[in-house]
Amino acid sequence: MPIEILMPALSPTMEEGNLAKWLKKEGDSVAAGDVIAEIETDKATMEVEAVDEGTLAKILIEAGTEGVKVNTPIAVLLEEGESADDVGKAGKSAAKSSDEPEQTADAAGGKDKQATEEPTAKKDGASVPAAPKVEIAADPDIPEGTEMVPTTVREALRDAMAEEMRRDENVFVMGEEVAEYQGAYKITQNLLQEFGAKRVVDTPITEHGFAGVGVGAAMAGLKPIVEFMTFNFSMQAIDQIVNSAAKTLYMAGGQMGAPMVFRGPNGAAARVAAQHSQCYAAWYSHIPGLKVVMPYTAADAKGLLKAAIRDPNPVVFLENEILYGQTFDVPKLDDFVLPIGKARIHKTGKDATIVSFGIGMTYAVKAAEELAGEGIDVEIIDLRTIRPMDLDTIIESVKKTNRLVTVEEGYPQSSVGQHIATQVMQRAFDHLDAPILTIAGKDVPMPYAANLEKLALPSVSEVVEAVKAVTYRA
Amino acid sequence: MATAAKKASRTKADVKSASAIKTPPPLEFSKEDELEAYREMLLIRRFEEKAGQLYGMGFIGGFCHLYIGQEAVVIGMQMALKDGDQVITGYRDHGHMLATGMSARGVMAELTGRRGGYSRGKGGSMHMFSKEKNFYGGHGIVGAQVSLGTGLAFANRYRENDNVSLIYFGDGAANQGQVYESFNMAALWKLPAIYIIENNRYAMGTSVARASAQTDFSQRGASFNIPGIQVDGMDVRAVKAAGEMAVEWGRAGNGPVILEMQTYRYRGHSMSDPAKYRTKDEVQKMRSEHDPIEQVKARLLDKKWASEDELKAIDKEVREIVADSAEFAQNDPEPDVSELYTDILL
Repeated sequence: MPIEILMPALSPTMEEGNLAKWLKKEGDSVAAGDVIAEIETDKATMEVEAVDEGTLAKILIEAGTEGVKVNTPIAVLLEEGESADDVGKAGKSAAKSSDEPEQTADAAGGKDKQATEEPTAKKDGASVPAAPKVEIAADPDIPEGTEMVPTTVREALRDAMAEEMRRDENVFVMGEEVAEYQGAYKITQNLLQEFGAKRVVDTPITEHGFAGVGVGAAMAGLKPIVEFMTFNFSMQAIDQIVNSAAKTLYMAGGQMGAPMVFRGPNGAAARVAAQHSQCYAAWYSHIPGLKVVMPYTAADAKGLLKAAIRDPNPVVFLENEILYGQTFDVPKLDDFVLPIGKARIHKTGKDATIVSFGIGMTYAVKAAEELAGEGIDVEIIDLRTIRPMDLDTIIESVKKTNRLVTVEEGYPQSSVGQHIATQVMQRAFDHLDAPILTIAGKDVPMPYAANLEKLALPSVSEVVEAVKAVTYRA
Repeated sequence: MATAAKKASRTKADVKSASAIKTPPPLEFSKEDELEAYREMLLIRRFEEKAGQLYGMGFIGGFCHLYIGQEAVVIGMQMALKDGDQVITGYRDHGHMLATGMSARGVMAELTGRRGGYSRGKGGSMHMFSKEKNFYGGHGIVGAQVSLGTGLAFANRYRENDNVSLIYFGDGAANQGQVYESFNMAALWKLPAIYIIENNRYAMGTSVARASAQTDFSQRGASFNIPGIQVDGMDVRAVKAAGEMAVEWGRAGNGPVILEMQTYRYRGHSMSDPAKYRTKDEVQKMRSEHDPIEQVKARLLDKKWASEDELKAIDKEVREIVADSAEFAQNDPEPDVSELYTDILL
């Protein structure tokens, strides 16, 4: 039976790619292992190898086609003894990438987030996250009329670092694979080319050691950006973050501190199980002396990372791998810096308030769309900074809606949502018309199995149900 | 930047073997050197004795780790430094601070938790800093200062200055993992890091033999081609000789170096340690045969560079500085309550 060659996923987070070039033409014979095509993703160009041997009977997707969804048939291969008449009877064959991301970094990849809520979408692999239908409220920090440029979170983070490195010679970035590999998740792409090896420093796999080296350099007055390949690995270094970076200013009576940024992807990615899937927002938000930032949009990623680099304090900057490839509008401004410690009203509404941050916002936004269809108008607050926390904005909103739901992916005990709930209960008790509900990840290590993983994370329906419960519409 | 890139690319020929340096003979000290070493070591000795007293009287709380017996290490090393070189150490830090020229008043007032202390009373014995004197702490987590100090050396390389960083730690800290992570990076990037392992034979109550598979600490950098030597840490002339060689090595861009200082602490690990893990004879033998201050004193008298009376006058002057610091530290007010919430974030 003829074999359909499918558009391969070259990393766990890849949803689509460009078919850049065919290296075989129709009629060519193909052996297993032959490079048949080149595919571009937002991270890299990779070669596609044939898995089976035969004759390339038909090319279904022309070279130069952009946005080809993963698992789309791109060509048909005939095995020995088959004729062109058999083309229509093709069975599927997964072409594989010759650059299979055996690197754990890439393999620690994300998932089609949509699929976690809509498992049927994952099967045909044809889904991409829909652009939020909820209109994003204007950010008062962006001047009216500013030109907006669609930008991925990945590019926004890179641009923020590049701009700050151009601005201040003391800023440098260090971490595993940040330089020659161009970043395990390509966040530091092209920085080595522009700034050289002195300021883009590849480290050995030595989290505890290089975090300490970064803190020491900061104490001496440099402004390090320490990248963790994922924040899961920051636990190797947590003593230096907590005991050295966060506390030095206090212990030194203000004489010296650690002006630096610890950044990297945080939280659950996709199918990488317990040791690579957890959210550190609550962990680091516990520590006086740290600032903790966790952006959702590309604009916030850029404006807040620039602010974090300039901040004279140690800032833990929690990114998310699944968000890296998502596109948002970023204002075209020469120097776009956002205030740390200020929440942003993502959508105004009157019936209930949802507070979330980072990837948690994706559930909040989709829930708001569904709820709008049922006549419930929610206000969404994107916290953006976990510490110091902008409780005033939350309380102002609660005074208007009288109902509050928090959403996060982290574990439920001692969560960010629980802190918010306590503060709102103490400061705005009389304004509450319902108990505050806190949606979090389940109280379990992240399982590997797809169905269990989905259950372990929050879901849009949980958020919808919670809002209905606090508005007594359940 | 081009220079840095050039420096960063190391060739095989650059790799120094772990035995690239040899322990130099003790320096011949001039009269001035001997008198300076005597006075500075005596200041640490008297200061620590007073700190012990104030601890007993309840003026100093928490942990208090005295440096008595090890004075030659910091004084000999300090004599080899120039302005701009940095110093960082662990929790047994009072001697290091006095050696860098930090004031006795400021250190003692920090020990008593008063507002005139170097950290305005918020750091205590183990956490003191002085930007002015390039003293970067004072760190309570065993071994953490090794990575931090490597970062100081990284900053020197980054700025392309010729400063070196002295990174002190003990035989106990030498078994921490991050020490070797730091060694690797320092050697890889040829950082001007001088690792000074103060081997005082006991990590708290555990003797070196019971805790360390390799008890020759000068060889702890062998896996990274970091040269190291063993130094008589009770002889300030031997320390200064090793210090000068190490500092020159670092300034010349040769990368890190390890100095194992063989020394001894007379007191317990901290004030609450009765030191039952060693014999009184062992301590007495060190005191009577190897005391760093007595060695200098004997030479000064022997060479008739100072009379007993002149040495007594130095002792009196030192005692006055210490008494003044103790007086200050007992009477200086505690920090204002508003200090609770300052210096958390800038």
